Amino acid sequence: MATYDKNAVAFVRSEMVGESAAPAGEVGVTGWVRKNLFSSIPNSILTIFGIYIAYLGISTIANFAFIHAVWSGESGAACQPPDAGEGACWPFISAYFKQFVYGRFTISERWRVDLVYLVGALGLIWLVYERSPKRSLAALLMLTAFPIFSLILLTGGNFDYSGPFLLTCVILTAVILGAAFVIPTLTKSNPVPTVIAVAVILLIIAFILFLCSVDFGLIEVETSLWGGLLMTLVIAVVGIVVSLPFGVVLALGRQSNMPIIRIICVVFIEFWRGVPLITVLFMASVMLPLFMPKGVQVDNLLRAMIGVAFFASAYMAEVVRGGLQALPKGQYEGAQALGLNYWKMMGLIILPQALKLVIPAIVSTFIGLFKDTTLVSIVGLFDLLGMVQSAGSDPKWTSPVSSHTAYLFLAVVFWVFCFSMSRYSIYMEKKLDTGHG
Amino acid sequence: MAEAKAKKPQAEKKPTQPVMTVSETDVAIEVTDMNKWYGDFHVLKDINLKVMQGERIVVAGPSGSGKSTMIRCINRLEEHQKGRIVVDGIELTNDLKKIDEVRREVGMVFQHFNLFPHLTIMENCTLAPIWVRKTPKAEAEADAMRYLTKVKIPEQAHKYPGQLSGGQQQRVAIARSLCMNPRIMLFDEPTSALDPEMIKEVLETMVELAQEGMTMIVVTHEMGFARQVANRVIFMDEGQIVEQNEPEEFFTNPQHERTKEFLSQILH
Repeated sequence: MATYDKNAVAFVRSEMVGESAAPAGEVGVTGWVRKNLFSSIPNSILTIFGIYIAYLGISTIANFAFIHAVWSGESGAACQPPDAGEGACWPFISAYFKQFVYGRFTISERWRVDLVYLVGALGLIWLVYERSPKRSLAALLMLTAFPIFSLILLTGGNFDYSGPFLLTCVILTAVILGAAFVIPTLTKSNPVPTVIAVAVILLIIAFILFLCSVDFGLIEVETSLWGGLLMTLVIAVVGIVVSLPFGVVLALGRQSNMPIIRIICVVFIEFWRGVPLITVLFMASVMLPLFMPKGVQVDNLLRAMIGVAFFASAYMAEVVRGGLQALPKGQYEGAQALGLNYWKMMGLIILPQALKLVIPAIVSTFIGLFKDTTLVSIVGLFDLLGMVQSAGSDPKWTSPVSSHTAYLFLAVVFWVFCFSMSRYSIYMEKKLDTGHG
Repeated sequence: MAEAKAKKPQAEKKPTQPVMTVSETDVAIEVTDMNKWYGDFHVLKDINLKVMQGERIVVAGPSGSGKSTMIRCINRLEEHQKGRIVVDGIELTNDLKKIDEVRREVGMVFQHFNLFPHLTIMENCTLAPIWVRKTPKAEAEADAMRYLTKVKIPEQAHKYPGQLSGGQQQRVAIARSLCMNPRIMLFDEPTSALDPEMIKEVLETMVELAQEGMTMIVVTHEMGFARQVANRVIFMDEGQIVEQNEPEEFFTNPQHERTKEFLSQILH
């Protein structure tokens, strides 16, 4: 074998050198640790410091939640010092678990909530799982049939439309149909398609109203009995589902060429962004009834939901507008030059790209909205936080750690929901990435 | 002075080229006394231009002379404030339906391609036929494949624009426009954003298109292309048409001072 002679000018290799294993310190676990955690003295110090901090946090939580925790008991006495009181009081959570999930929902009717949860979860899996068949059908059902199904199941349906409601509906229908006829006529276009479209929408609304009035033999459960996770989810899901499309419409409106539409959208957005959510909720629950005509009562939960949804829509509108502005003008021109009209351009070219760009911000808004639902607990609605707080004041379960445990439970529940949203958004971003923005 | 009234174009037939016939009667575009302002700034002044079906017109001029703005007015990406623009017998007004009608007949290729990055090449090409012309999907895809073959990139059909080179992207953009079966094609500096070795492939595609009789208005600095395919060269400066002539005359015997100056700058 010809070895390389350092002094030789010419050299011809007679045998190629085979591959050999890398030095042990370069590959595998040791290699990774050495490269990433102990590559230099400052890095090593930081690593050791970081491990110490992590140890402090984890050991505290582990001590509280597991090591010193009380796992069984019939009342707060089990969690009292001197035997306990250092760790979590888990029997308190299991005793209250159903209340946390259902609130004070009529006990015999809780299967209805379970059914809504189940159908909702299955629908969500169908919708979210990439390889499931007919996902657009899933989206359609989840956005149309599921809300009606849930509404009827949760409230009991059998709505009573007597009194001024029917009359109001008739008047509104007449006014809307009239407007649908007059406005196109004024702009000299054919009113028939507009009238038909509006009539179809009104018919659908009428059908939904009718469905809700059918007596399915379900006992009525007032929304004042709803609570816990059920209420949190209802407010959050309604807020999320309403705020995205509504936000998109507002964002488009804000960029419209028509000054009236633009001004309406700007005023709406700036109003809702300008007031704190707590104010909105107080206004909705305390002030609004003062302005309502006598005898008209709007459900407390419904008012809160509308407040939250509008509030979130305003934020969403600005997020979407950010995405619209980030798109190069060439995309609009490319679409226009091909003869796409405004709605096709927006729906096929601009919005898919703009929304994709702002997925992280959209999901942040969703997560913020989800957590903001806890604010409804201060206007007398018992969402998960409200239930946790009221459970903490139960004298039967008095102990130094009861409410700590309940808050830990609350935090974990919220974290699980928010973290799943966050992961799904990252997955979506990766999936939709086509190389170039 | 600078105002050169559009004269009746002549169907010149060079022996070395395939026959590119210009219609004598069929007017594709007629621009009459068109003016445009950006705010106070008078960008286009008294533009008069008559393009017959089958003509290949190259628009040249220094940057900021209004070349791009002029052709962008022809498919209403820019609005003109005075004068008339009639495309394929349809006058451009604020009527959105008319504008969409014109855009269906007029294809446009941009400097920066403006492909839709979230759609595949195939989807880029079939989007407008399916949504605007209501062509059945299978038919639109077959058409798209034909045009992609024509611009020599059928094998890229299922990639995304971001995976293609600039020259390939521009050829896709040409194919995308052709999929709408336009009667007129506008090119807005189609090779200005390309690397030198990619300019050729795009120009070849355009030459081929011209030889098939497509009515074309091309804003470009490629004077070789102008000599080879144009039947008229228009020179613009300061928002007006300063000179227009057959390419041979235009290059060898420019009349206006600005034209001479411009040509001496770009032809060495």
